[in-house]
Amino acid sequence: MKKTDLDSLVQTDRIHKSVYTDQSIFDLEMERIFGQTWIYVGHESQVKNPGDFFCTRIGKQPVVLTRHKDNKIHVLFNRCGHRGAMVLREETGNASTFNCCYHDWQFDTDGSLLSVPLRNGYPADFRLDDPEKGMKSVARVDHYRGFIFANLAPDGPTLEEHLGYITTSFDDLIDRAPDGEVEVAGGTARHAYNGNWKLYLENLCDGLHPNSVHRSSIESARAQDDQVFSDGAGEIAVRQMRQNGAPYAFWENQVGLWAYPNGHAYLGDFHDDEKLIATLEDPYFKDYLKAMREVHGEKRTRDILSVGRWNTNVFPNVSFMSQFRQLRVIQPISVDRTIVLGFCFRLKGAPEQMFRDTIHFANITNAVASPVLTDDLETYARIKLGLSSDGTEWIPMAREIGKDKPDGHGGWMAANGTSELHIRNAFRTWKNLMNTAPQ
Amino acid sequence: MNLREKIETFLIKESALLDDNDFETWLACFTKDCWYWVPSQIGQKDPFQTVSIIYDDRKLLETRVRRLNNGQMHAGLPNTSRIIGNLFIESEEDDFVITRSKFMMAEYRFDRRRDFAGTIFHGLQKGKTGFQINWKKVELIDCQSALEGITVPF
Repeated sequence: MKKTDLDSLVQTDRIHKSVYTDQSIFDLEMERIFGQTWIYVGHESQVKNPGDFFCTRIGKQPVVLTRHKDNKIHVLFNRCGHRGAMVLREETGNASTFNCCYHDWQFDTDGSLLSVPLRNGYPADFRLDDPEKGMKSVARVDHYRGFIFANLAPDGPTLEEHLGYITTSFDDLIDRAPDGEVEVAGGTARHAYNGNWKLYLENLCDGLHPNSVHRSSIESARAQDDQVFSDGAGEIAVRQMRQNGAPYAFWENQVGLWAYPNGHAYLGDFHDDEKLIATLEDPYFKDYLKAMREVHGEKRTRDILSVGRWNTNVFPNVSFMSQFRQLRVIQPISVDRTIVLGFCFRLKGAPEQMFRDTIHFANITNAVASPVLTDDLETYARIKLGLSSDGTEWIPMAREIGKDKPDGHGGWMAANGTSELHIRNAFRTWKNLMNTAPQ
Repeated sequence: MNLREKIETFLIKESALLDDNDFETWLACFTKDCWYWVPSQIGQKDPFQTVSIIYDDRKLLETRVRRLNNGQMHAGLPNTSRIIGNLFIESEEDDFVITRSKFMMAEYRFDRRRDFAGTIFHGLQKGKTGFQINWKKVELIDCQSALEGITVPF
């Protein structure tokens, strides 16, 4: 696709609908976005021990995160170097070697080829140490405090350069652990929708949608009798649903939206602890504060807990939030099909009850039968259906445009929490990458 | 009717309430301290350490049912048709019966058809006027896959 085509499709204040509907643009996104920027793969705690593996995708390509005997982490294409069969089928596990089901080629946990049966039958120049015959590593792997990213392109910005100031959102999540470490726990919440992958991150920082999209759950939660028995699950859920119904004035004036170079953004915190944590007065929250103060002292504890961020989007495929320790990975399947995986984090050193709240919260934000999420998924599907019409060709992204201010950290602060700054910002990066032909 | 016949009748009626979108009457079948659970993993041990497709205590189940009747639920109510069978009484102690059964549910919503299947466990409290559901656990055969939005309970 020519630069001029892309420039005309993504303009300062509007996007052409084909960016969400055209399979050839999607294919180009796989090559130029998922093929040449940093993609979130997983957290180091998902491969704690040598031989542990976690299968996932970079764009549409199956890859596997592994930890080798020397403790080094690798990201390998999940493909046998012989006939191309996917080597690892289970999502997670531990193995001393990876064996292909087809002709029993055996790979080490760093992807190198260890052995092949009937080796004499291959040509004389066949070598086990030929990287083309192994499970090949992706071009680059790096991490920020245990959050692992991979890049299929050998050259380009480093992960540090790519993340920039948005690393502070990872700090916000990790620093809330009294022991200074987090770990993935509690299984995976999955869901799918028939719509474009970009819609998902756009929605996660959209402060304008909850009142309308989530009206049914907001009204239902408002009418709920608080005296009814709850074991904690309903308490967390009802509070979350009610807070989605905060008035427009609240979203405009008290939430805030920030965006940063390379497509990243975060929505301010519309759930402060008092509104959402039913348990501020509960013994476990006091135990948590006590554990934090013992490590960090009074002032640092207050500073850590007063960071007010809701969802942080790291372009192009991950969004996370610290207060309830959730992370979502977006997997594009085709131009109108997307899968999302939700992960929970345990704060090491925090009371166990806090993780229980994390699970209850995940069930409301990420479970496929959530009374909240299902209305978001339906909205994505309707965008796909609506855009298939020959109605207006353009999608505006001009809310509060021209009012963004420098935030002092190399990014921009939107005029208010209902701005579309994060969409404009992501599309600036989108256009830069899409105009960059692979080397 | 013997116990097995009584339970079969109760489970068939429960299915019909759900097929008829009569969620208020369905909710009235549950005890005040009930829970309703659809695990996200095969063999999932509990709903507190691992995420679920649904885990509702009484409070959340009430809110869920209220939303189904809200009229502004964009995700929409499907038409469903359920079969429940292969009933097995796992245990019977005092006034409490635990049953296991198989279910299949066809769903039609917004021009799309899909099917669900799995095993349902009921914890049933026997009372003067019949059974009440103290807990219900629904194990879907494909709970580990990335499904599209689910609005109605199983």
